[in-house]
Amino acid sequence: MKETPLSNCERRFLLRAIEEKKRLDGRQTYDYRNIRISFGTDYGCCIVELGKTRVLGQVSCELVSPKLNRATEGILFFNLELSQMAAPAFEPGRQSDLLVKLNRLMERCLRNSKCIDTESLCVVAGEKVWQIRVDLHLLNHDGNIIDAASIAAIVALCHFRRPDVSVQGDEVTLYTPEERDPVPLSIHHMPICVSFAFFQQGTYLLVDPNEREERVMDGLLVIAMNKHREICTIQSSGGIMLLKDQVLRCSKIAGVKVAEITELILKALENDQKVRKEGGKFGFAESIANQRITAFKMEKAPIDTSDVEEKAEEIIAEAEPPSEVVSTPVLWTPGTAQIGEGVENSWGDLEDSEKEDDEGGGDQAIILDGIKMDTGVEVSDIGSQDAPIILSDSEEEEMIILEPDKNPKKIRTQTTSAKQEKAPSKKPVKRRKKKRAAN
Amino acid sequence: MAGLELLSDQGYRVDGRRAGELRKIQARMGVFAQADGSAYIEQGNTKALAVVYGPHEIRGSRARALPDRALVNCQYSSATFSTGERKRRPHGDRKSCEMGLQLRQTFEAAILTQLHPRSQIDIYVQVLQADGGTYAACVNAATLAVLDAGIPMRDFVCACSAGFVDGTALADLSHVEEAAGGPQLALALLPASGQIALLEMDARLHEDHLERVLEAAAQAARDVHTLLDRVVRQHVREASILLGD
Repeated sequence: MKETPLSNCERRFLLRAIEEKKRLDGRQTYDYRNIRISFGTDYGCCIVELGKTRVLGQVSCELVSPKLNRATEGILFFNLELSQMAAPAFEPGRQSDLLVKLNRLMERCLRNSKCIDTESLCVVAGEKVWQIRVDLHLLNHDGNIIDAASIAAIVALCHFRRPDVSVQGDEVTLYTPEERDPVPLSIHHMPICVSFAFFQQGTYLLVDPNEREERVMDGLLVIAMNKHREICTIQSSGGIMLLKDQVLRCSKIAGVKVAEITELILKALENDQKVRKEGGKFGFAESIANQRITAFKMEKAPIDTSDVEEKAEEIIAEAEPPSEVVSTPVLWTPGTAQIGEGVENSWGDLEDSEKEDDEGGGDQAIILDGIKMDTGVEVSDIGSQDAPIILSDSEEEEMIILEPDKNPKKIRTQTTSAKQEKAPSKKPVKRRKKKRAAN
Repeated sequence: MAGLELLSDQGYRVDGRRAGELRKIQARMGVFAQADGSAYIEQGNTKALAVVYGPHEIRGSRARALPDRALVNCQYSSATFSTGERKRRPHGDRKSCEMGLQLRQTFEAAILTQLHPRSQIDIYVQVLQADGGTYAACVNAATLAVLDAGIPMRDFVCACSAGFVDGTALADLSHVEEAAGGPQLALALLPASGQIALLEMDARLHEDHLERVLEAAAQAARDVHTLLDRVVRQHVREASILLGD
């Protein structure tokens, strides 16, 4: 997306107002916009609002191997991200000049001034050191990114806590935040950037330019100082021509501004620490303003719904069994049908044996009768072992039907089998089958 | 700092210079035939080459053309063998991009860009050996190259670095003095008007000492201007002899 254009009338109007020592938002020449610092739920997370410019700072740490030429120092890494939500002109991969400039300025301001004791981040020299990573995300761009970013970085570093480490011999023990309290970083001083915008070849000077003033300015001078009035970084950009007296005057103004901002930062950190100790609420959600149209926050009232759930479960359980009961008869029918089919098969075998008797002669008939007697004996034995089997009963009945027509000897065997079986339940079954055989 | 004494009790530095003394500066213009302007400079053991092409038509995207002035394109690179340890990438890392950006801003302020609308001026700077004061050497080399190309400038841009050790301001830092970690100030100056084209400082320096360090850097830059002016006049004299005027 392209940047929102600035019309010539607006540009001229801005410059005319600056010539008359006035600013469009009503500030004085050396005034900052309102600075507001919010802290996240975790340590090391903060949002800094400089007017409408918002920067999110997040610090994380990791145990890594140190660099070869500095075996006793921890590693600091800074990353500033110009996200697309900040301004329409910010696209991924573009704004490279601005990104390089801001990243390098941040790196020089915080790393080269040695504001953090990197030797205290060493756990085992040459083997394990802490790597502290500072990620800065620009959420909204309304001018003066570098001041908001430097405040966000230093506030996040002051707020961060790293896990406690103990070393015994070659053993390194890392404790969780519950086991031991996390340890804050040792910060020697707090460098803060102050930006000065120059107009009309350096004739006019403004502190903390907003987005429109940045579009109109000729050049920018950034001075980073700490509250002890030590200059940490100076960077001029934009092709302006400064004089030595101007630089010295800017450094004096920067000293005053940095003292004020440092007090604000210390107060915000102290308030957050107090809230956490007293067990109060903290996090970004608490910083949302109440009673606003665009933000809504309400306390949840606890209602006992466990009983309701139990009653609902009981109702569901009672409703389910009837459908299960209905399905029971269907399951029995297939088993019953299988038994019936088995009976029919045995009937088919008897018919075949009768046909053979009719076809064969007298001698052959005698041989067949002998075979039948053997099978009959086997069947009777099986029957004695498993009396309730219906199949065996049906076979014995078949023998009874055939024998009285042919041989008297077989009648004797029939009588013996009849004596063995005297159960009354089986008699009606025999009668039915005899009738069928007669037919 | 514990093991190394940057300033002796007699007021001499590690390499024998006094506090406000420059390293030996040798410079040469017109070292390449293909380029419109070229220059080579040595400041002590820091050696830099600069090449200028232009003003010429915009290359690449025409959207970059500016309707009222020329576009200055700067690229800084340092050779892989220029430092004690070999550099993996000659250009493209953050420091190189930043250096190119600063050079561009410096020369946008110094070159009369409004004389060449919708055109482009390319400045390429290469560091052959780095021994401290790299930015200053690049600016000085680029100034000579731009003059060799005949591009109108409002003045020389003379650059020098300065430091602060034991209450004394040092001029033209060497690598040993830079590596010691004290404050380092780099200043690009238009000597006639005393205007500052670029100002850059690292490490901590109390505000009360800023004026002294600035003054030391400005004085050193004026001394550099004297030497560069001599080089330019020598080059013009040789050129006029060759032309037979």
